[in-house]
Amino acid sequence: MIPVEFAYRRVSSVDQALAAVAEHGDDAKLLAGGQSLLPLMKLRFAAPEVVIDIGPLEELRYVRAEGGEIAVGAMTRYHDLHHDPVLAEHAPMLAHVAGSVGDQQVRHRGTIGGSLVHADPAADLPAAILAVDGVLVARGPAGERRIPASEFFQGPFETPLAPDELLTEVRVPVQDGAGWAFEKFTRRAIDWAIVGVVVAGDAVSLINVGGTPLRASATEAALAGGASAAEAAALAAEGTSPADEAHATAEYRQHLARVLTERALVAAGR
Amino acid sequence: MKVSIEINGTTVSEEVEDRTLLVHFVREQAGLTATNIGCDTTSCGACTVLLDGESVKSCTVLAAQADGHAVTTLEGLRGEDGDLHPLQRAFREEHGLQCGFCTPGMIMASASLLDHNPKPTRQEVRDGLEGNLCRCTGYHNIVNAVMNASGQEVTR
Repeated sequence: MIPVEFAYRRVSSVDQALAAVAEHGDDAKLLAGGQSLLPLMKLRFAAPEVVIDIGPLEELRYVRAEGGEIAVGAMTRYHDLHHDPVLAEHAPMLAHVAGSVGDQQVRHRGTIGGSLVHADPAADLPAAILAVDGVLVARGPAGERRIPASEFFQGPFETPLAPDELLTEVRVPVQDGAGWAFEKFTRRAIDWAIVGVVVAGDAVSLINVGGTPLRASATEAALAGGASAAEAAALAAEGTSPADEAHATAEYRQHLARVLTERALVAAGR
Repeated sequence: MKVSIEINGTTVSEEVEDRTLLVHFVREQAGLTATNIGCDTTSCGACTVLLDGESVKSCTVLAAQADGHAVTTLEGLRGEDGDLHPLQRAFREEHGLQCGFCTPGMIMASASLLDHNPKPTRQEVRDGLEGNLCRCTGYHNIVNAVMNASGQEVTR
């Protein structure tokens, strides 16, 4: 399987990338690690006329502690997040989740920014960033803007980014000492989650029980009110609208949301 | 476009379509056919090669993305004496293959795994090779082979 013909362009700076997307607009797709975009292009679900390779943007590969926040460059690969000493100290949940995406080969190529802008409701990183109230930093012709994760995931594969904007950074609050856990239920090791749960401190977010990653608000409210892990987890499927398809019925996914939330809360020490 | 990739130490420069996948460049332009195309959907790992020393699925990388970079395929692995690489020797000794189709990818993924983790546990080998499927289900001997290649005792 090969993609529909396209024109390949490579850029080596954020400014060049912005100039390229300004020139090509809707006809172009930015290629980061390519672990989501290339499979879609091979299946011909995506057929951009121009592919702009931002792989060389070393300036967007970093993890830095800045005051009470951690700044992660959008082109930082899963493999680097998994082994990053700053994340290990200040946000071990993010390092762990990044190390659970796909497989070794995918983690050598795939990037945090690529995953977030792809906005697949079955992906792991979007739910993790939502759980820690991350902020996404984008650059475009009007300059830089910051978008809270709670406003970034608008629907399946849908974000507020305009075609001429580039996600450059993700900022998350330092998670020192907060209990955390990640539970992912898959058919095979490398599959997307049928359902997944991220617990980070007082926050609980859910993977693949709706068109976007979701916060389990009823569970979070119950925990705040002193409920036990079991009592709070029983509410985890409230407000969810999972897809009903071959791998799992909606009812089964909601069941998994409750079971995995209880496991994750217990593992996180709640 | 013109793509130049250093493959196993030799630079291969060819004019190819922009949409050419790395695995096709390796097989058709470089003429190196150890790298297999299995599922072609980023699942099976049969097409695993090293890109700048790290394992990647070459069906999910454009040749253009590897332009100016270094690729190692199974043909490029050698031991210090120029003979078999320790992984090649160990896969043979431990009978780490049945039909052999997944073997090039398994060995390249194992090379990357051992580069990051030279003395893995059996569980770490299994986790590290989760992106490589063996349809003969010969996983037990594959794990034995990687343990052998890492100089550790093989517990059967």
